[in-house]
Amino acid sequence: MSWRGPGPPHAPPAQYRHCLRCCQDGARIFARIVCGIGLILSLAFTSPRFGTAGAQERDDRIERALETYRSMMKADPWSNPGMLDVDRGEALWRTPGGPKNVSLEGCDFGLGPGKVDGAFAGLPRYFADADRVMDVETRALWCMEKLQGFERTKLITRPHPGAGTPVKDLGAIATYVASRSNGRAFAAPLSHPRERETLALGESLFFRRSGPMDFACSTCHADSGKRIRLQPLPFFAKPDEARKIVGQWPAYRVSTSHVMTMQHRIYDCLWQMRLPEIELGSEASVALISYLVKQAEGGEISIPGMKR
Amino acid sequence: MPAKPRIRLPDSARVGEVIEIKTLVAHAMETGIRKNADGSSIPRLLLHSFEAKFGGREVFKASLHTGTTANPFISFFMKVSGPGEFEFVWIEDGGARITERQTLRIA
Repeated sequence: MSWRGPGPPHAPPAQYRHCLRCCQDGARIFARIVCGIGLILSLAFTSPRFGTAGAQERDDRIERALETYRSMMKADPWSNPGMLDVDRGEALWRTPGGPKNVSLEGCDFGLGPGKVDGAFAGLPRYFADADRVMDVETRALWCMEKLQGFERTKLITRPHPGAGTPVKDLGAIATYVASRSNGRAFAAPLSHPRERETLALGESLFFRRSGPMDFACSTCHADSGKRIRLQPLPFFAKPDEARKIVGQWPAYRVSTSHVMTMQHRIYDCLWQMRLPEIELGSEASVALISYLVKQAEGGEISIPGMKR
Repeated sequence: MPAKPRIRLPDSARVGEVIEIKTLVAHAMETGIRKNADGSSIPRLLLHSFEAKFGGREVFKASLHTGTTANPFISFFMKVSGPGEFEFVWIEDGGARITERQTLRIA
């Protein structure tokens, strides 16, 4: 079912041709976003359908159009609805809540109680008070339980939002804390033996095939240029690919209109692999995040990212 | 806790200058077309219009429909007539309103 528009083959249909111009001359961002989406769709449906050369050309064009869309979003972080949840997370952070009616401002993300600027860049790390390694969400969970008195089981039951519903409070708080490291580079410590142990566990889980489909993370993520449908999959064993991607999570997901956190991303990957449900804050989830962050070491943090 | 709308104005503006105003609001924009898992319709719940007033005078108005994205981002341009306060209103089906105010500073 190819889309047949007027104009030469391989070119976007006439109604989207002005997009190419408006993208070039830097017209209004709103118009550019609308154009970008139209352009992506038109490229997807008008490109040649047969032959590897044609398919390759089509893939490249789609990728370029998506890249234009992403760069427009990045050029104006203001157009990213994920920012609404950064604000919401900040309000939740400051407002007293939970059965104990206290704010999270006493929560220590590694730089001292209440210090959030730059803290995310140093996670996951070992926390002596909890005697374990934690990523940003696991730490927020711990603080909500210990400081505010929330019940842990309630927080980790259905912790991720369904399509069309906003990220849960915990995820919004994590997104806010993470966004306070924007512009910094990932530098998770490995000085504590438990941190090294967690990283080693994450690496082995990443490559370990399991489940009814005999899948490992590396089945999809250990080669350049692989994809699921139209989504390119990063090759995490290659640091320059990991550096580009990991710092964009938590990200706003256009198709589900909500912010998706890293714990949610991993939960969804494992679900797709037909593996048992991974618990938010579990040792395995933190280990996988440790491995991804280690691969992305030195990569810039830019949160919330923007995904399809 | 619902997310508060975001408004972006220039830090300050000169009289006569054309400025861009950016707005972002959290809303599911339920179209009324989708169905639940049990086959029943999910009722339509849209923000059906957006209005911006400056100094009490309407400066921008938009109707939003089922094709409008969730969490809509709307930007518009305005020629600055002088100092004043913006009032932004999103109106939901059923009449509920989300209102946000912000003052424009004049250089």
